[in-house]
Amino acid sequence: MSITLTPEPKSTVRTPVSAHVEAPARIPETRQRPAQPAGPPALLLEHVGKTFTLGRKKKAVAAILDVSLRVERAEIYGVLGANGSGKSTLIRLVSTLLTLDTGRAEVFGHDVERDEMAVKRLINRVSVDAAFFKKLSPYENLAFAARLYGLHAGDARREAVRILARLGISEKRMGSPIEQMSRGMQQKVAIARALLTSPTLLLLDEPTTGLDPRSKLEVQAFVEDLRATHDATILLTTHDMAEADRLCDRIAILDGGRLVAEDTPDGLKARVGRETGLAPTLDNVFMTYTGRSLDEDVETEGPEDDE
Amino acid sequence: MTIASRPMATAARELSASAAFIERNFNLSRRYWGWELAFLVYAVAGALSISFIGAAAADKRLIFSLVIGAIFWNYLSTVFSFIAETISWERWEGTLEYTMMAPVRRASQLAGSTTYAILYGLVHTSVILLVLTLFFELDLSHANFVTATVVMFAGSFSVVGIGIMAAILPLLYVERGAQMTFVIQSCLLVVSGVYYPVSVLPGWMQVASAFSPATYILDGVRKGLMEGASVTSVVHDLWPLALMGAILIPTGLWLFGRAEHYAKRTGKLKRVG
Ligand SMILES: Nc1ncnc2c1ncn2[C@@H]1O[C@H](COP(=O)(O)OP(=O)(O)OP(=O)(O)O)[C@@H](O)[C@H]1O
Ligand SMILES: [Mg+2]
Repeated sequence: MSITLTPEPKSTVRTPVSAHVEAPARIPETRQRPAQPAGPPALLLEHVGKTFTLGRKKKAVAAILDVSLRVERAEIYGVLGANGSGKSTLIRLVSTLLTLDTGRAEVFGHDVERDEMAVKRLINRVSVDAAFFKKLSPYENLAFAARLYGLHAGDARREAVRILARLGISEKRMGSPIEQMSRGMQQKVAIARALLTSPTLLLLDEPTTGLDPRSKLEVQAFVEDLRATHDATILLTTHDMAEADRLCDRIAILDGGRLVAEDTPDGLKARVGRETGLAPTLDNVFMTYTGRSLDEDVETEGPEDDE
Repeated sequence: MTIASRPMATAARELSASAAFIERNFNLSRRYWGWELAFLVYAVAGALSISFIGAAAADKRLIFSLVIGAIFWNYLSTVFSFIAETISWERWEGTLEYTMMAPVRRASQLAGSTTYAILYGLVHTSVILLVLTLFFELDLSHANFVTATVVMFAGSFSVVGIGIMAAILPLLYVERGAQMTFVIQSCLLVVSGVYYPVSVLPGWMQVASAFSPATYILDGVRKGLMEGASVTSVVHDLWPLALMGAILIPTGLWLFGRAEHYAKRTGKLKRVG
């Protein structure tokens, strides 16, 4: 482990690859896979599996089944799938919040289990629910989070104000209890909390769910910016196909915990168009790979959990 | 190389993380001041009403003994429950996953929580002490404060130790854990001779009392304050406390790590999403 290049947060040293990345433009396929010297991939999963046992009857639910994937540095990698398909579980496995039952996972060459602390320094996560100390103000919540990551409280405050201003939240709101904010506003503070620590791998679990259309666009622009200016790699789950289309360089589709497709958005669309004759849209890609079409009856609710 | 290989930087970082927990808990106390006040009033009223039992018996020694019991039990139970609630509080607020994925050692987190718990306990207890001295005339003429302080200090470690042990429960049992913590605290109150000598308890309870640090703390403090006993004459209280602290804190930290791993294996850190 000692010879691996550890990407430090806020690193100013860019790999040649990411230095060429333009914010809004999609990276051409050839640029996504840097040559060997660029270091280890941002995220590497090999045959990862996770099963939960539920209830008194100890019913086994396979949330993730034999998933292997590789996300390169500065890539925005989307994970799509129906409710309960295992997206959040996948993100938790990378966040060190769940242990792997099988397989292994590496973040910039650090094993998530053996080298947990190093991984924790490189990542941060935004989940669907904005989890905060409800009575504390946004500033108090953010200051706490920032200090856990070794940031200076004053710097954190300045940075938080800057990020929140970009997301349309004024400094005036920073001082009163966060419970007084609307859900969408809280979600923006949650995004700011994750960005504050300049994670090199940012895990976004439905970051824009519950945001109004304008806020969604603001967050999306921010994510693109982040990749361009901070050399950040982003793993994103979403139920918004337009968002996935706009942001993701590549998309993986989970169905019942299995990775059933992986390609660029255009690649997926073209393939579905070719194979099914449906219009080449991400909606159709989703419907095709998650086993249900819009016309089909929804009979098999939930994942195939007893495999 | 990683930051972890620079010991000074790591120490500074962990210290700052501990401080973050202290600051956060202080902010929480401030924001929940209405509850804090209500709890304080409840604690003061409890301590007062118990001490009045001594007044009713017109027994100065009994009053003194009850006042000590009320004050020190308040301190011990406050510290215990504050540490024991480290996890359940965050689970309730929904922040547990975020705190657990931060690059902070569990020991630093618990050090921060513990320091705040002790500071909080001291403030809480000082208020009760103040109120009780307004109501009751205590004969402190031959009190040995050094003994009381040494016993308290030695005892704090073991209380912290069982607090950490209790904090583990909410990691193992999502809801029941917090309930168990509460039960442990209640059991400690009964067996530790807080308001009466342990000798009045049934035999099996006396056995249980030998395993409670509070038993030794209250005995030592009473001997110091009421009889003016010197530190050397309460060694029989001090060594069990030192032993318990030396065993419980490292064991608690180790078990905490095991419990965290268990929670991550079974998906018990999650609340929603
Ligand atoms: N902590 C947990 N304990 C038990 N079961 C869990 C846990 N987390 C997830 N599961 C189960 O694993 C499966 C996948 O859940 P997951 O939350 O990963 O789905 P998801 O794709 O994020 O769904 P959604 O789109 O609704 O957010 C579900 O069957 C769920 O019940
Ligand atoms: Mg989810």
